[in-house]
Amino acid sequence: MSNFFSSSIGRKVTMSLSAIFLMTFLILHVTVNFTSVFSEDLYNSLSHFMGTNLLVQFILQPILIFGVVFHFVMGFILESKNRSSRGVNYAQYEGKNNSSWMSRNMVYSGLVILAFLAIHFIDFWLPELNTKYIQGDMSGMHDGAFRYYDELSHKFQPLWRVIGYCVSFILLSLHLFHGFSSSLQSLGIAASRKKLLKTIGQVYAIIIPLGFIIVAIYHYAIH
Amino acid sequence: MNLTLKIWRQKSRKDKGGFVEYKVSEISGHMSFLEMMDVLNEELIAKNEEPVVFDHDCREGICGSCSMFINGEAHGPDRGVTTCQLHMRKFKDGDKITIEPFRAKAFPVIKDLMVDRSSFDRIQQAGGYISVNTSGRPTDANSILIPKEDADLAMDAATCIGCGACVATCKNSSAMLFVGAKVSQYALLPQGKVEEKERVRNMVAQMDLEGFGACTNTGACEVECPKGISLDNIARMNRGFIGSWLLGE
Ligand code: SF4
Ligand code: FES
Repeated sequence: MSNFFSSSIGRKVTMSLSAIFLMTFLILHVTVNFTSVFSEDLYNSLSHFMGTNLLVQFILQPILIFGVVFHFVMGFILESKNRSSRGVNYAQYEGKNNSSWMSRNMVYSGLVILAFLAIHFIDFWLPELNTKYIQGDMSGMHDGAFRYYDELSHKFQPLWRVIGYCVSFILLSLHLFHGFSSSLQSLGIAASRKKLLKTIGQVYAIIIPLGFIIVAIYHYAIH
Repeated sequence: MNLTLKIWRQKSRKDKGGFVEYKVSEISGHMSFLEMMDVLNEELIAKNEEPVVFDHDCREGICGSCSMFINGEAHGPDRGVTTCQLHMRKFKDGDKITIEPFRAKAFPVIKDLMVDRSSFDRIQQAGGYISVNTSGRPTDANSILIPKEDADLAMDAATCIGCGACVATCKNSSAMLFVGAKVSQYALLPQGKVEEKERVRNMVAQMDLEGFGACTNTGACEVECPKGISLDNIARMNRGFIGSWLLGE
């Protein structure tokens, strides 16, 4: 089996499987975030559940981190291998005549997403870990009420953060536009040919990032 | 038409190489790109200069040898044609045309615009055949019924002429369209099915060994392929490869 994972197609398969896992996670994440737009209570209780459930915290969360790290590391390995396969570069190369910008620049949209995740980690995740596992406060309360909703809406007060957030999600959308059908193609499903799959991919690539963007703008706007 | 040509000149595999500019005049729009190159070479020979070396043979889009990367695209700006089928009417008077060899580590330059594509031959040798000896009588082929749709798809895959435009075009220098086509032309037919698993594994292993990149599904190869080989062949190869590991020994 080691031959499989060291082969070009094997690596693409692992890239696709991690992508599909992450795309599934995004559905969950945007759904939870979106509840904050119409119900403070629902958002608080979902966040509390996700933040304290042992299965989520100690099984799903490590798998998620592994998935994210794997997708980035494998993405960069493939990219550098692919770049070195050219040898001498062309003096003139008109990629725009035969392929989409998204498909040629996955590594750049990926880098923006990586930068976003680093900030997201420092912004949301480290304080969470600190509160829960270092200070040992698993109650999810602050001044006698759940803190999650207030923390969320507080984060989206500064305009610069909202703008940065929106830009990152536009890049995510571009990444998904190519990534969705590409991940299926690598698994042997000719997704770009199947109209339904193609449409699902395009709808997904718009809806998911849009969901995150609406949440950010909503919280910025109501304050 | 009067044209300026910016052509890659390289004495040998080891030589660093570089661009040299030439002028050609009175080029007819009815000429093929290679005929235009012939005009240039005749002038160079008359001036006692070394002509530009480029691959060509059939000059009718069958052999796949005429590899040139013209103005940033394999086989130039037209679609569904090889360089020998590219008409000069696709260019305008006064144009400057950049001509480079197909670039990939697995396609080293031999001289000027001529590259060594024997990596494709070695991929073929790794499994692009069936090991059954036939009797030479047509009954063999006729006794196995093949659905028309499968026969057509196999035939479509088999139209690949091994030109290497897919590799030259791909930002990853991936040979997966070529290998996908060569795998598919057998995988779709009952005679080829028998050795499908070993074939796809061995051909992919050789492809990796030669140093081609991995496909990221940009689809550029399909657009630039002179024979319109479809990306579906890559998906079929991927399915076959994954299946050979999941269902293999
Ligand atoms: S797949 Fe198309 S571009 Fe690639 S070698 Fe075959 S004919 Fe040429
Ligand atoms: S010379 Fe044979 S395909 Fe162009």
